[in-house]
Amino acid sequence: MNIAIIDKILLNFFSELQNYFALIVRTLASMFQRPFYYREFATQFDKLGFSSLFICILTGLFTGMVMALQSLIQLKPFAATSYVGGMVAVTMIKELGPVLAALMVAGRVGAAITAELGTMVVTEQVDAMRVEGTDIIKRLVAPRLKAMLLALPLLTVVADTISLLGGYIMSAGYGINPTMYIKGIPQFMVFQDLVEGLVKPAVFGFLIAMTGCYVGLNTRGGAEGVGTAAKQAVVLSSVLILVTDFFLTKIFVAFRG
Amino acid sequence: MSSSDAIRMEKVCYSVGGRKILQDFDFCLERGVNRTILGISGAGKTTILKLLLGLLQPDSGQVFIGDLCITGIPESQFMQRRKRIAIVFQGGALFDSMTVGENVGYRLFEEGRLSRNEIERIVLEKLRFVGVETALDLYPAELSGGMKKRVAIARALAADPDYIFFDEPTTGLDPIGVYNICSLMQRLQGEGKTTLMVTHDLDTAFATSQRFTFLHQAQMLFEGSEAEMRSSQIPEVREFLQPTEGSLFV
Repeated sequence: MNIAIIDKILLNFFSELQNYFALIVRTLASMFQRPFYYREFATQFDKLGFSSLFICILTGLFTGMVMALQSLIQLKPFAATSYVGGMVAVTMIKELGPVLAALMVAGRVGAAITAELGTMVVTEQVDAMRVEGTDIIKRLVAPRLKAMLLALPLLTVVADTISLLGGYIMSAGYGINPTMYIKGIPQFMVFQDLVEGLVKPAVFGFLIAMTGCYVGLNTRGGAEGVGTAAKQAVVLSSVLILVTDFFLTKIFVAFRG
Repeated sequence: MSSSDAIRMEKVCYSVGGRKILQDFDFCLERGVNRTILGISGAGKTTILKLLLGLLQPDSGQVFIGDLCITGIPESQFMQRRKRIAIVFQGGALFDSMTVGENVGYRLFEEGRLSRNEIERIVLEKLRFVGVETALDLYPAELSGGMKKRVAIARALAADPDYIFFDEPTTGLDPIGVYNICSLMQRLQGEGKTTLMVTHDLDTAFATSQRFTFLHQAQMLFEGSEAEMRSSQIPEVREFLQPTEGSLFV
């Protein structure tokens, strides 16, 4: 590959990275500045959070059932099936709950954020807002970020709870005593696991909102550009979620000592 | 007219992806002189409007709103100055999640200086002015192209700007729609608003402006009145006014 092409690719990459971080810094500053656009925040919370509830319930239910089923198969030879509740809980609350809920929301909401903002860009609505004297970071980005920071941890709690219920149903079907299932949960969990299970979705929510907004606000072209941007946002958010999950887990493990 | 009241650009260069859109471009819009920028599609006419509004930053050169240079400074520092200018975008650029009434009153609601009743009164007054007061509670998706443009004009008027920019205001409209928009522009000029229009529609341009700028290949080829333009010997201008086979613009 020609050195000039590598140079151009690297330059573009670092330029995009710089712009992405600039947007993050401006948004974080805007979150604490007036006007706060409460109505926009409520609308976004409903659109981004509440509308994703059903998909998160389904994800939690079936993942919990599968986890319980797999655990039962593995634990049965050791006569340790009473631990299934703990295994489902620790796997779901620390890892699968936050990651799966985030991936579901990234696919559904990340694309929606990008498509909405992208359409506003290509139809010049964003320019019109700027001319009308609106700070688009405060008006368009900050409310979406706040909504995601609140919605994704709540959705994850719902997904975790439903997954435990799914595991419970599956275990009961295989003759596990329900009391043993429930008592097994605290045996495997410590308080830090719960903190971990709430910090991760907040970070993932941040990544989904910022990536969706950044890609959306940089959309070029017409309908095709919006489609491409939505696809890019979902892929980028999903990759960022998986990579960040690894590093967050490493940090939490380090804190655990 | 005071030059400190004008909107102008000096030696502006602007390019996209290596393609020069404007090269050492000078332009001045004085209060009270209604202008039109003419040129073929893709000549960079809309870019000029966006540069004058600070929506785009030039590669080099300077843009002034009054005596304030808005090039290279944060938007927050010239937002107040820019409120003297409104723009009617080509497609209207109405906010599709808001009703017509909310669109028109957008700036007033944002500023929060007036009561809701007062804003609603102004919104109705502006909608009546453009003749679409019945659309108050409709959403942009429910409007025709001509109605969208009229609502966009009402939105531009709501904050009582000194200057109104029009980006291809008659494109895609039927003859009645074109007539209505031209009449509206003339009424606005009668009320003391200064208009700057970009278009390739000569009839609209000559009906609504006193001064004309012709843009071609990143340069200003002509600047003058209608009579001067019609008698111009510049081949590109002559070709633009009366296209012939074997066009210079191919």
